[in-house]
Amino acid sequence: MEAWRLPVSSSIRGKLISAGYTSLSSISSVSSSDLARDVNITEEEAFEIMKLANQASGSNSCNGSRSLINGAKNAWDMLHEEDSLPRITTSCSDLDNILGGGISCRDVTEIGGVPGIGKTQIGIQLSVNVQIPREFGGLGGKAIYIDTEGSFMVERALQIAEACVEDMKEYTGYMHKHFKANQVEMKPKDILENIIYFRVCSYTEQIALVNHLDKFISENKDVKVVIIDSITFHFRQDFDDLAQRTRVLSEMALKFMKLAKKFSLAVSIYRTHYYTSLTLTRLSLSRGHTQPVTLRLALILQSQVVLLNQVTTKYTQGTFQLALALGDSWSHSCTNRVILYWNGDERYAYIDKSPSLPSASASYTVTSRGLRNSSSSSKRVKMM
Amino acid sequence: MANKLIGEMGLHNKISNIFAARNIITAKDALTMTEFELMELLDVGIKEIKSAIKLISEATSPPYQSARSLLEEKVENEHLSGHLPTHLKGLDATLCGGIPFGVLTELVGPPGIGKSQFCMKLALSASFPVAYGGLDGRVIYIDVESKFSSRRVIEMGLKSFPEVFHLKGMAQEMAGRILVLRPTSLANFTESIQELKDSILQNQVKLLVIDSMTALLSGENKPGAQRQNQLGWHISFLKSLAEFSRIPIVVTNQVRSQNRDETSQYSFQAKPKDGLQEHTKTYDSHLVAALGINWAHAVTIRLVLEAKSGQRIIKVAKSPMSPPLAFPFHITSAGISLLSDEGTELKGPGINTIHARGHSDVINFLGECS
Repeated sequence: MEAWRLPVSSSIRGKLISAGYTSLSSISSVSSSDLARDVNITEEEAFEIMKLANQASGSNSCNGSRSLINGAKNAWDMLHEEDSLPRITTSCSDLDNILGGGISCRDVTEIGGVPGIGKTQIGIQLSVNVQIPREFGGLGGKAIYIDTEGSFMVERALQIAEACVEDMKEYTGYMHKHFKANQVEMKPKDILENIIYFRVCSYTEQIALVNHLDKFISENKDVKVVIIDSITFHFRQDFDDLAQRTRVLSEMALKFMKLAKKFSLAVSIYRTHYYTSLTLTRLSLSRGHTQPVTLRLALILQSQVVLLNQVTTKYTQGTFQLALALGDSWSHSCTNRVILYWNGDERYAYIDKSPSLPSASASYTVTSRGLRNSSSSSKRVKMM
Repeated sequence: MANKLIGEMGLHNKISNIFAARNIITAKDALTMTEFELMELLDVGIKEIKSAIKLISEATSPPYQSARSLLEEKVENEHLSGHLPTHLKGLDATLCGGIPFGVLTELVGPPGIGKSQFCMKLALSASFPVAYGGLDGRVIYIDVESKFSSRRVIEMGLKSFPEVFHLKGMAQEMAGRILVLRPTSLANFTESIQELKDSILQNQVKLLVIDSMTALLSGENKPGAQRQNQLGWHISFLKSLAEFSRIPIVVTNQVRSQNRDETSQYSFQAKPKDGLQEHTKTYDSHLVAALGINWAHAVTIRLVLEAKSGQRIIKVAKSPMSPPLAFPFHITSAGISLLSDEGTELKGPGINTIHARGHSDVINFLGECS
């Protein structure tokens, strides 16, 4: 749109045009103080012009926040966005409840736990559940599964996919009035077809893949969840220079963030637990030595990144306790952190860190059909 | 993949030369540095760095497959979709066919429980022709503690597969396929497995058994912490060996007592009541698997063998595709056999605990032997 259409006084208009500001975009691209200086008007007049220009160009920010800081959104708009964010169910309604409905897109969720607790199970469950069609309350998307440890067992994915298809059929049975007669049925093999599996064998490949994901996902727009199992595996063994490792991991974290934000994905990173040798030589340790190497990771993944992480032990308050590997700084990077642990005979998930969810824990079980509620005896999965 | 040469990735000549001039030759060199560091080192603008890294990353990225094609490959190319039958019906059913190819399977248990017996039987069945449920291939048996007994293997063969073994020359051929290595040190072992890497495919090796992994480390005089770190290399090497040669690798592990200080609680968990703590100490021996948690992460299937109130039990403690079942077993002249093919499901972390008979069970002071 042209600048001469702005509802400002003709003298100001004349000054704008003679200074070279003929289009609205040129006005929007400078700050009001620069505009004032350039055009020889007061700051208030410049601010007024910018506001008008922004309104005219169709921006719907109600208090001119666009002109304040490029790229900022006001909280009201974000609230609307947050509420309408799709979520991926974990097939365990208790777990979904504490997660606010499921694993949310645009968030990085980190899941950590001891070996055998079910991290990979959750990963496989999520990569199947993301494919639940929209008619059933799902996202109808594809999944990327990045396997760094070789823990993905395709037979298990098939078991879970078959259970999911059965559950959907059962659901359709109850809701048959609502669906068209010639509904295309999903088959378990189709579900497996939509799980894109990458096997990463070294940290170089891991870094390369994260860099490449941007292009990959732009070419495969229906990917809605990225699962990384586990993010730290390769970084624990091969790096000699720990400071270097920190820097590299930080950068990787930032890239995940960008990915999540750009494509509105869910990214899941698993962190496993390991016991440091410190437990066995307790007497020789002083407070300073017991902290595991903490890495600076400012991961602000907004996409749904489920991080599977490993556990270590930390000496705090006079006793050893379990903690997630890579230390506290990595924890700062994730939006949500869920810790899986044993409580008696049951598996529990605990929301350790979340900006919007209260700390809560819920129990879950791993059955032959996948993740389910532990208290419920019903095999039916609650669809949203 | 990590060692791919930058020079061959199709980068613009100018930038390619700059990389080479600063000794950044492989993808690994380039990707280990952050973009900012590269910019400083090479004195090149961030945009050019970004586009160069983009190209390098694309070239170095691992290929992808859909899970479906993974499954189809297994079904088409591998024996029984990638499983080595143990001939223990209940166990095979739980493990979707048997010991899976391409991953590490661990057998852990107290001494004398039957781990080596299990391994010998497995080695034998792998050497069998396909018609009898075997893999028709060679077996590499790394016998650290000299527990392998060819006499015992042949005895097992005669009793469990009489129709095969009584054929002329079969015993010799089957036994001939099992190659036994007795490494004298960890370094020796490391050398041997590195050699193996190249010859596995050529020589039709279909199974690798390491009995036992713990014994290899016990000879090394390093304190606990370093010991576990040493294994780090072996863990990843064995994993990748299994995966790329698509063979099963079975490793036995020993047990050690659980250190009193060992933690099992997170900071947000309430401390257990004292009663609970006491309860766990009343078992004869409170044992855990040796080799540490790194190892525990690396194995895909963990089979725990234990003895509880005079009964030997084999438990599927860790398996992504199976429920946590426990089967009672005993050892006969034909090897290990299950007393029941219907396993009992053990919920909770109890599946991971290892019970052993204390000596009071074995030695009855009234003069009877158990």
